[in-house]
Amino acid sequence: MLKTDVIVVGGGLVGMSIAYGLALLGRQVSVLDEGDDAIRAARGNFGLLWVQGKGYRMSPYAQWTRESVALWPRFAAALQADTGIDIHLRQRGGFQLCLSDAEMAEESRRLDWLRDAFAGDYPFEQLDAAQLRARLPGIGPDVVGGCFSPMDGHVNPLKLLRSLFAACQSRGVRLINGHRVDAIDAIAKGFELRAGAQCWSARQVVLAAGLGNRALGAMVGLDVPVQPNRGQILVTERLEPFLHYPTTYVRQTDEGTLQLGDSHESTGLDDGTGSQVMAAIARRAVQCFPRLGQVRLVRAWGALRVMSADGFPIYETPPSCPGLSVVSCHSGVTLAAVHALRLAPWIAGEFDDSAVKPFGLQRFNLPTEARHVC
Amino acid sequence: MSNAVIDLIIIGAGPAGMSAALEARRHGLSVVVLDEQASPGGQIYRQVLQADARRRAVLGDDYGAGATLATDFLQCGARYLPNAAIWQVAPQCQVHYLVEGRAEVLQGRHLLIATGAFERPMPIPGWTLPGVMTAGAGQILLKGAAMVPATPVVLAGCGPLLYLLAVQYLRAGIVLEALVDTSHRSDLLRAWRHIPGALRGWRDLLKGLGLLTELKRAGVRHFRGASNLQIEGADRACALSFDSQGRSQRIRADLILLHQGVVPNTQVSWSLRLEHDWSEQQLCWVTRRDQWGESSMPGIFIAGDGGAIGGAQVAQLEGRLAALAIAGQQAQARPLQYALRRARAARPLLDALYRPQVGNRIPADDVTVCRCEEVSAGDIRRYVDLGCLGPNQAKAFGRCGMGPCQGRQCGLSVTEIIAERRHVSPTEVGYYRIRSPLKPITLAQLAGERLSVEEPS
Amino acid sequence: MSADSLFRPLASEDHTVQIEFEGTPFTVPAEVSLAAALLGCGIRHTRESAINGRPGAPYCMMGVCFECLVEVNGQANTQACLVPVRAGMRVRRQRGAVCLAPWEEEGDE
Repeated sequence: MLKTDVIVVGGGLVGMSIAYGLALLGRQVSVLDEGDDAIRAARGNFGLLWVQGKGYRMSPYAQWTRESVALWPRFAAALQADTGIDIHLRQRGGFQLCLSDAEMAEESRRLDWLRDAFAGDYPFEQLDAAQLRARLPGIGPDVVGGCFSPMDGHVNPLKLLRSLFAACQSRGVRLINGHRVDAIDAIAKGFELRAGAQCWSARQVVLAAGLGNRALGAMVGLDVPVQPNRGQILVTERLEPFLHYPTTYVRQTDEGTLQLGDSHESTGLDDGTGSQVMAAIARRAVQCFPRLGQVRLVRAWGALRVMSADGFPIYETPPSCPGLSVVSCHSGVTLAAVHALRLAPWIAGEFDDSAVKPFGLQRFNLPTEARHVC
Repeated sequence: MSNAVIDLIIIGAGPAGMSAALEARRHGLSVVVLDEQASPGGQIYRQVLQADARRRAVLGDDYGAGATLATDFLQCGARYLPNAAIWQVAPQCQVHYLVEGRAEVLQGRHLLIATGAFERPMPIPGWTLPGVMTAGAGQILLKGAAMVPATPVVLAGCGPLLYLLAVQYLRAGIVLEALVDTSHRSDLLRAWRHIPGALRGWRDLLKGLGLLTELKRAGVRHFRGASNLQIEGADRACALSFDSQGRSQRIRADLILLHQGVVPNTQVSWSLRLEHDWSEQQLCWVTRRDQWGESSMPGIFIAGDGGAIGGAQVAQLEGRLAALAIAGQQAQARPLQYALRRARAARPLLDALYRPQVGNRIPADDVTVCRCEEVSAGDIRRYVDLGCLGPNQAKAFGRCGMGPCQGRQCGLSVTEIIAERRHVSPTEVGYYRIRSPLKPITLAQLAGERLSVEEPS
Repeated sequence: MSADSLFRPLASEDHTVQIEFEGTPFTVPAEVSLAAALLGCGIRHTRESAINGRPGAPYCMMGVCFECLVEVNGQANTQACLVPVRAGMRVRRQRGAVCLAPWEEEGDE
């Protein structure tokens, strides 16, 4: 039976960032991961490092996001040093494009609130159509305006995932894949995890399995309120570089392909695509950049965001279960840096990070019925 | 705007699709048949209605037989949509397609997938060089464009199609530089145990023997048991080197046609997440179907090579059986089922005789496996070592399968490479998650999609 | 048909059309796919990979491999084996990633 310091359940961006951070601190880490066809938000996201608009009415989240974005260069450099992989981090700012005055007004309201929350220290610009056209050539006449923030950026999320795997491997993190945990029990000095006939134990456990955290949490008597929210993405053929900043609807990757979004649906665990949403995304992309009409779509997919009940991350170390942490969020890319460099040390008990407190489970006011106490 | 539901939508106008349409029409069903080509026939009977006497003489009798089927098909009252590129099939038998640059949608009660086969990839060193094509491509140029090689051609690989093309070229007066055959005499020995079953399909066997005799009589250089195939050239193919019967050979050629069998075109079936099984006999994925061809999803049927390789006769019978089941006329099936058993009889022997060599399926590290994204076999192995259990994780790490062909050229290779590296079966490794669009569609076309107004036939 | 071609018509073609490849006019058989026509003209490579510039040419001739991508009348990444030749067609190699026309051509909105 494998004995290790920490078992991280979940080999996605959240799990691997935390595993990496723990390995940097010298902990012996094992990551338990499912198989090739598991639902993985890590493989289905937009690659944005996004700040503007986040944390509206929850300024600790805005603050946490800003800290992550500030740590990202250091994080990327560490990964590159460990793996030689360039994950194409670009933090030159990003645009929220608005296709109606109402959208523009709503966006302004949110950003104004956030600026106040930060006592003015929240850089962004509101741009009208003409100003936008000067910054983003080719913008269509239907775009009424937009908001630019220098805090935003993007990265290649698949290269990020690969470099996290490589970096973890180089730092002695053990990957145990092809398994689905079906039982977690507290034992004398930690926890025992089982998947069928297989068994592993560790002093500490981190549940970072995205939507799987719901079932895993239940195994230790925790109600982890995460639900799937589907987003569909269209990916085009490769184009010569023309869009040098990410936008919320259209983003050009370092490979030259365009990623087009954004959509929200409640479809349970169905991560397929539907032509109506796809057509809507295509229409909107062509509204933003009319020249894109003739561009070919090569691939489309749906991915399931891990949405907590209020949309904000969950960082919990339940007093009923010492040694166990629950981590979930829907911004695994943006928060990867802070997960590796701040959250991992907090999990390791290296220091008490007050920034993490607002994200505990108690904010959901879940009824405290009889639970299995660890 | 009315939108009538069609009883049966058929994808593919090859022998399976045409036969199913004819049978379904006999029982009064409304039928729509979509196909990517401009005229019916699929691959085997490609452009059979346009072929003149000279072309038919070169291509042989089997080809000419397709003309009757195609003619009957065009007159049976099925609505035939040529030049249609299907880009999405939804599980509720909804088919999204492009025709003349317009995106349309059809709604059916039943769906028959008759997508046929395409060439098995043959990832050998140099296979991506200009001047290297498939034997199937040679046949398509012959059937579709009445074009033949203008330079001495080398045919390399294995399988009856390779020999057939060689004979067709001989009849057309083409210079065959060499036939480099990767099958061994030992394959014949291994195939012995299939002879009893295959004797019911003796016509197929005699055909194969006849082709080889014709080649021998013409004095074509035939190298057997060829291994270690490598195509040489800097920016175009100029030679093929290989080992055969203890000697190394190098044959200069600007045109090299490769072939090691055909495999089912399973893009539609995988995109619908139908159940597939790995066939160790045929070294490919076959769709799981009942005796009528119904897949793991009720209402969705599969017939012909698109489900499992069986050839044209099998395809026609499977098409008719599926149509009978859809029309509720299973009672009429007995003679067709008997004929189908006979038509399938020689398949195990053919599979054993012409089994593609592992070295030409699972190549060395530096051979490109994913042509679209330039991913090598070595890259795939590195991803396995990094923790990828299957093709979808490998795709996330290296982009293999993300290009425009969406895994058609690399899927089988990637599954087998990962299986070998992990020492598990291809069944355990699985296959790419196939997503829409099945064919590229422009954003403007997608944005302008409209439901089609349908008149029941 | 060029002396350098890999393929030639089986019989002399009675019905031909004129197309243009990379600015050069060619006479080709009228009822063939563009890929077949280009092969008959002696064109050895029809695209360059967007990843590493590797030269590519038609491979499968049936729309499966996407090697035969060319630019036809300004539309990039068109599968040559799936389009029939038409008189006056202007064809160019697909050189790497698609180049959308310069934005300045849009004119003032």
